[in-house]
Amino acid sequence: MDNKLLFAVTALFNSPEEILHAVREVRLAGYTKYDVNTPYPLHGMDGAMKLKPSTLSYVALVLGLTGTFSALFFMWWVSAVNYPLVIGGKPYFSLPAFIPITFEVTVLLASIGTVVAMLFIYFKLPNNSYPLHDTEYMRSVSSDKFGIVILAKDPLFDEDKVVSLFKDLRSGNITSVYYETEEINVRHTVFEPKFLSFMAATFIFTAALTYFSLNYILYWQPFNWMWFQNRVDAQSKSTYFSDGFGMRMPVEGSVARGFIPYPYRGDQASASKYLVNPLVASKEVLIKGQDKFNTFCSPCHGYFGKGDSRLRGQFPAPPSLQSEKVRNYKDGDIYHIITVGQNIMPSYEKQITREERWAIIHYIRALQRSQNAKESDVK
Amino acid sequence: MSIDYSKEFSVIEGKPTLAEINDLIARPTETRPDRGYYIALTITLSMLLIGIVCLGLTFYYGIGMWGNNQPVGWGFGIVNFVFWVGIGHAGTLISAILFLFRQKWRNGIARFSEGMTIFAVMTAGIFPLIHVGRPWLAAYLFPYPNEHGIWVNFISPLVWDVFAVSTYLTVSLIFWYVGLIPDLASLRDRTTGKIKKLIYSVFSLGWRHSNRHWHHYEMVYLVLAGFATPLVLSVHTIVSFDFAVSVLPGWHSTIFPPYFVAGAVFSGFAMVQNVLIVVRKIFHYEHIITIDTLEKMNKIILLTGSMVGYSYGMEFFIAWYSGNPVEQFVFINRAFGPYAWAYWIMVTCNVISPQLFWFKKIRRTIPVMFVIGVFVNVGMWFERFVIVVSSLSRDFLPSSWRYFTPTPVDLGILLGSFGFFFTWILLFIKTLPVVSIAEIKGVIEGSQIEHHAAEDSTSFRPRQQEGM
Repeated sequence: MDNKLLFAVTALFNSPEEILHAVREVRLAGYTKYDVNTPYPLHGMDGAMKLKPSTLSYVALVLGLTGTFSALFFMWWVSAVNYPLVIGGKPYFSLPAFIPITFEVTVLLASIGTVVAMLFIYFKLPNNSYPLHDTEYMRSVSSDKFGIVILAKDPLFDEDKVVSLFKDLRSGNITSVYYETEEINVRHTVFEPKFLSFMAATFIFTAALTYFSLNYILYWQPFNWMWFQNRVDAQSKSTYFSDGFGMRMPVEGSVARGFIPYPYRGDQASASKYLVNPLVASKEVLIKGQDKFNTFCSPCHGYFGKGDSRLRGQFPAPPSLQSEKVRNYKDGDIYHIITVGQNIMPSYEKQITREERWAIIHYIRALQRSQNAKESDVK
Repeated sequence: MSIDYSKEFSVIEGKPTLAEINDLIARPTETRPDRGYYIALTITLSMLLIGIVCLGLTFYYGIGMWGNNQPVGWGFGIVNFVFWVGIGHAGTLISAILFLFRQKWRNGIARFSEGMTIFAVMTAGIFPLIHVGRPWLAAYLFPYPNEHGIWVNFISPLVWDVFAVSTYLTVSLIFWYVGLIPDLASLRDRTTGKIKKLIYSVFSLGWRHSNRHWHHYEMVYLVLAGFATPLVLSVHTIVSFDFAVSVLPGWHSTIFPPYFVAGAVFSGFAMVQNVLIVVRKIFHYEHIITIDTLEKMNKIILLTGSMVGYSYGMEFFIAWYSGNPVEQFVFINRAFGPYAWAYWIMVTCNVISPQLFWFKKIRRTIPVMFVIGVFVNVGMWFERFVIVVSSLSRDFLPSSWRYFTPTPVDLGILLGSFGFFFTWILLFIKTLPVVSIAEIKGVIEGSQIEHHAAEDSTSFRPRQQEGM
């Protein structure tokens, strides 16, 4: 027993009065590294031990304010900066509506934070290897006794003196508590293989479970039932209609918005004579025309209208738009051809609105001029 | 009986020693459960099983298994949610508000009612989840940077609800656990079983009843109580916002927050009272959870019941006083329309039955107060039913009026929620101390040094003169 390291000397008392008296005597004797263990918080003990008021209330205050402002800041950032959305005609940052969540976050952060600070920072728990654990002393104070303990690391500590002080205080049970040799010699480190493999196993399990849930389980019934609905998708077959098409043609004679029927079908001469480009060749119009030309015309006619098709011979090469003939076309002629088609070129009436056709024509004119530029154009 | 108000009575009857308290409260955790316990557990688990089957049907086939349909989109799901959240409120009221008011009689019932809070909120939390139809996507309710690139709507009461209820559950759990740590340490030092010892050691975190810890611990307990008090008021306020912020007549009313909070405390106290009557009987805690404690709870039931009754009256008054014909229609429809049966059950149970507590004899007679407690809970369930269903079933458009009828699946889930709640209660009372050991030890006679006693004594000086 002699080579064991002394941790502390403990003394047990039977009543609150005795322990309060003992604490005062211990403190007046000059000990500082002492502690009292009582089965319940004993009123007056803090004064007897001269403990300063707990600072945890300030921790709660700071954390609470952090919660308040971070919640407000986050909601402001989300609602007014990151994704502004008008809801119910309210301002983006509508403070009254943000109060409930601000309050909840304040309480949440302050409560969790204060308890975590108390247990893990102030008390340095969990600590099950504290030498007082599993002693008769601890069993007594957690039931019905009041204990005082003077630690060996106290500068004034002297085992015999402490024992005689406790005897003078008429303690019925004085014991010395030693460190357990195993506890001192064995050092538990974070990088123990056991711990590391436990962490690795946890990681692999969690990752596998997450992967499995997100990539398999969510595709099982009934989780995928939103995908299967009694509706006909575009481009799909239908058993309901006699023609087998899921998509329906508009009723005969229906006119889509922006697609007024073309009056000169089969009459290019009239189109050439009466139709005039209503648009001015502004920058916007030309950009729009370029956009539509590149989308609808350029696959066959080429980006510069030279007839250099990108379709690599799958269709007969179309005529160049730079030819003498096309350059001499009236705007109405080109409009007519876009609208009703020509030879194997289909009608683009349904894809290109009227305005877009005129914009395309402006762009074609610009292309023609750029490819046949005179010196005066550069000036 | 004349009472000397200058002297503080102990809230614990008889003068048990500290060791007796320890033995008594730890006994249920150390003895094998008896037959009655297993029978009770069988019943609650059967109810739970019915609920699980009905939930499974709901998950598989969808919300169409319920009675909800236009225009009653909020059926049993929301009724049960509000009911169970309300049940939870008594626990926080007892553990936090009564703590701030230094009501020592709370100590005997605080732990149990806190536990009940947690189980009730857990039960309540099921309902919004299943009501969204696809509960596996519930994470969308939280504002996290998701793949859709959008956020939740922070000015929606339903999002406030998510924050309020999850905060409430978390804070209640923390409050409960902080209170449990010293008791778990006491159990750890008593137990002989190896596995039990391991479990208690892990969860008591190595607590050593040190006064240097108690000192901070009491401060944190106070801080938590201070936070939990406005929290509990905010939670049912926000639940009531789900209704009050909408524009539906019968819901759109400013009385809702206080009215809901009073109703929540009302039903919660009735539930605590009911279950405690059983617990004190089977565990022989009659001198810890005394008849005086039950009487005080009954007084609170009377108070909150009267507040609820006042709110019912005030709603009618405001409907008349506002001169709004739609509002007036809704309230006349409530009392005399197709749901009149539910309305009058509610009024009978909530307004009339607790008035019996004006009689001291009834306040102190256990069978009668038990029956009244059951009545109150039935009434409060029907209150939520009346609010949710009667307002929705007849809204602005008479052509869409429809009578709501619950399906068997609805009823099965309601039954299952009771099974869930009581299963947790049963597991709790057999595994953890249902009464706070440390708190009870601190309030039994002779456990604290009275200040005047200290002044009389010459052997040591009282705390005040120590330079505080």
